[in-house]
Amino acid sequence: MSTSTAPTQAPAEQITAPTAPPGKVRRRGERSRAASLASHGVLTVASLVALFPVAWLVYLSLGPDKNDYLHPGRIWSKMTFDNYAFVLQDTNFFDWLKSSLIVSLGTTVIGVLVAATTGYAVSRMRFPGYRKLMWVLLVTQMFPIAVLIVPMYQLLSELQLIDSYFGLILVYCSTAVPYCAWLLKGYFDTIPFEIDEAGRVDGLTPFGTFFRLILPLARPGLAVAGFYSFITAFGEVAFASTFMLSDTKYTFAVGLQSFVSEHDAQRNLMAATAVLVAIPVSAFFYLVQKNLVTGLTAGGTKG
Amino acid sequence: MTVTIDRATGKRRGDRTPRPGLGRRLKDGYQKHWYAYAMIAPVAVVIGVLVLYPLGYGLYLTLTDANSLNSARTIGVNEIEATYKFVGLDNYADILWGPTAYDRFWSHFIWTIVWTAVCVGLHFFIGLGLALLLNQKLRGRTFYRLVLVLPWAVPTFVTVFGWRFMLADQGIVNSALDWLHLPTPAWLEDTFWQRFSAIMVNTWCGVPFMMVSLLGGLQSIDNSLYEASEMDGANAWQRFRYVTLPGLRSVSSTVVLLGIIWTFNQFAVIFLLFGNTAPDAQILVTWAYQLGFGQQPRDFAQSAAYGILLLAILIVFTSFYRRWLNRNEQQLAN
Repeated sequence: MSTSTAPTQAPAEQITAPTAPPGKVRRRGERSRAASLASHGVLTVASLVALFPVAWLVYLSLGPDKNDYLHPGRIWSKMTFDNYAFVLQDTNFFDWLKSSLIVSLGTTVIGVLVAATTGYAVSRMRFPGYRKLMWVLLVTQMFPIAVLIVPMYQLLSELQLIDSYFGLILVYCSTAVPYCAWLLKGYFDTIPFEIDEAGRVDGLTPFGTFFRLILPLARPGLAVAGFYSFITAFGEVAFASTFMLSDTKYTFAVGLQSFVSEHDAQRNLMAATAVLVAIPVSAFFYLVQKNLVTGLTAGGTKG
Repeated sequence: MTVTIDRATGKRRGDRTPRPGLGRRLKDGYQKHWYAYAMIAPVAVVIGVLVLYPLGYGLYLTLTDANSLNSARTIGVNEIEATYKFVGLDNYADILWGPTAYDRFWSHFIWTIVWTAVCVGLHFFIGLGLALLLNQKLRGRTFYRLVLVLPWAVPTFVTVFGWRFMLADQGIVNSALDWLHLPTPAWLEDTFWQRFSAIMVNTWCGVPFMMVSLLGGLQSIDNSLYEASEMDGANAWQRFRYVTLPGLRSVSSTVVLLGIIWTFNQFAVIFLLFGNTAPDAQILVTWAYQLGFGQQPRDFAQSAAYGILLLAILIVFTSFYRRWLNRNEQQLAN
C-alpha cells in the first residue's frame, strides 16, 4: 500500500479531513476516482506496449507468405498454421532444440555442481584470500563478451572444440560458475548458522555439515541458480553465433538468424519458430520469476 | 563453525622451530583452512582454466598483430603455424591515438556512454514509475504485473526479431505513422534512427527487471513509516522523497549497477537488430566483435585489445561507484 504514489490531492484532503464534508472523507489508501482511472490508464498503455511486439510476432507467424509482414491486413483472411507445420517438419527445428537443451542443461548442471561448495565456503568461512576470491567472482560477472571471445576462439580451435557442444558449455561455464557461486552465497547466508553449529556439535565434518544439512535445505537456492544459468545459456547469442558452425548444431539463438540471409528472408518461418521457442521458455520463466528477482538482488545487497 | 583468521599461528610460533616466512604461513594456512580451500577448489580451477588463462592469453594477443591470416590454422590436411609477431603496445596506441582513432574508437566510446546513460535512465525511471503504480491497491494488479514482465520472459533473441519486423521500412510502425500523417523515419537505415531504435528496443527489454526489483523494494518498506510521516503532515511528494526513496536505496543502487554493467555489455540487441549493416550504431562491445569476427581478415589482436579496454573501463567505473556508495552511506550514518 502506498498513498505516496497517487498523483492526486488525496493526501492534502486527508490532512484537512476535519473540514471536509463527512460524506467525502477518505480512509488511508483510498484514492479519488480520477486517480484510479489515471493509474489504470497508464498501466493499460504500458501493458499494451509490453504486449504488442510479442503479439505482433504471433500474428505474423500465421501469415503464409514471406512478405506478409509488410501487408498485415491480408493475413487476417488467410490465417493458417502452415508455417508451424513446415518449421516442425522441414527445418532443423528439432536439431536446434536438441543443441539448445544439451548446451543449456550442461551449463546448468556443471555450474550448480561446481559452484555449490564454493558458495558455502564463502558464506561461512573466512580464510586468507577470501576477499580476493569474492572480488574475482564479482569481476568475472561483468566481463564483456569481447574480452574472452577472441582468446577462447583461438584456444578452442587449437583443441578442436570449435563447433562442439562441449566447447560451448565450457565457454558458458566461464560466466555461469562465478555467477552461481555468488548467487548461492546469497542463499546460504539466509540459512541460520545455528544449523551448522548443531551439525558440528554432533560430530559432522565441515563437508558432512554441508552435504547432509545445508545442501538439502538449500534446494530452492540451487533451483534459482540453475534456472538462471539455464535461461542465460539458452538466450546467449555472441558465443553461439561464433562457435557453432554446422547448421545441425545451432542453438535457437543462431538458428533463428539463419532464416534471414542476404539472398532470402523467410520471415514467416522465422516468426513461427520464434513463437515455438518463446512459448515454453516464457512459461518456464513465469514459473520461476519471483525467485529469480530475489536471488538476483540479494547477491548484490549482501555482497 | 565460522572460521576466523585469528592470531593462533603467532602464538604457536615459539613452540616449534621458529621459521617465519611464506612457506610456514602457507603450511599453517593449509592446516587451518584446508577444508575451505578444498571447497573452493572446483571454482578456483574453473576460473583459472576458463577465465584467467584465456584472459592472460588474450592479453598476450593484444600485444601481437594476430589476425586470421597469420594465426595457426588448419586448411584441409595442412596445418599452418602461427606467424604473428610481438608488437608491444602498438595496438592500444593505435586504437587510442592512431589515425582515424576518432572514427574507430572515440565515436563508439561516446555513443556507448550515451547509450548506457540513456538506457539505464529510462529503465530506472519507467521501472520506478510502473512499480509505484503497481504498488497501489488496484484491481487487476497481478494481471498488469504479469503482462508487464512479458518482455523479460521472452528471450531477447526472439523479441528483437519481432521489433525488426515492426520497424522494417513498411512495417507496422511506419504504416501507423503514415496513417497518422506523421513522418516515417528509416528506423533501421538512418544513423540517428538506428540509435533511436536501439535505445527504444533495449528500453523495452530492460524495464521489467527494474520494475520487478523496485516493486520488491517498495513492498519491503515498512508501512508504519508512511503512517508516521502522514501524522507529521507530510504531503505525497514529501513522503515519496523522504520515505520511499531512502527505503529504495539499497535495492536501487544494486539494480542500477547491474543495469549499467548489462547495458554497457549489451550484445544481443544491437547485433540482432542491425547485423553488419550499421557501423555507426555499434557500441564498443559489438564493434569489438565486428573487428574480430564480422570482417575479413579477422583482426584478432585489435578485437582483443578492445575487450581489455572495455574491461578496464568497467572495473574502474565499478570501483568508483562502490566507493561513492560507501561514502554516501557513511554520510547518512553520521
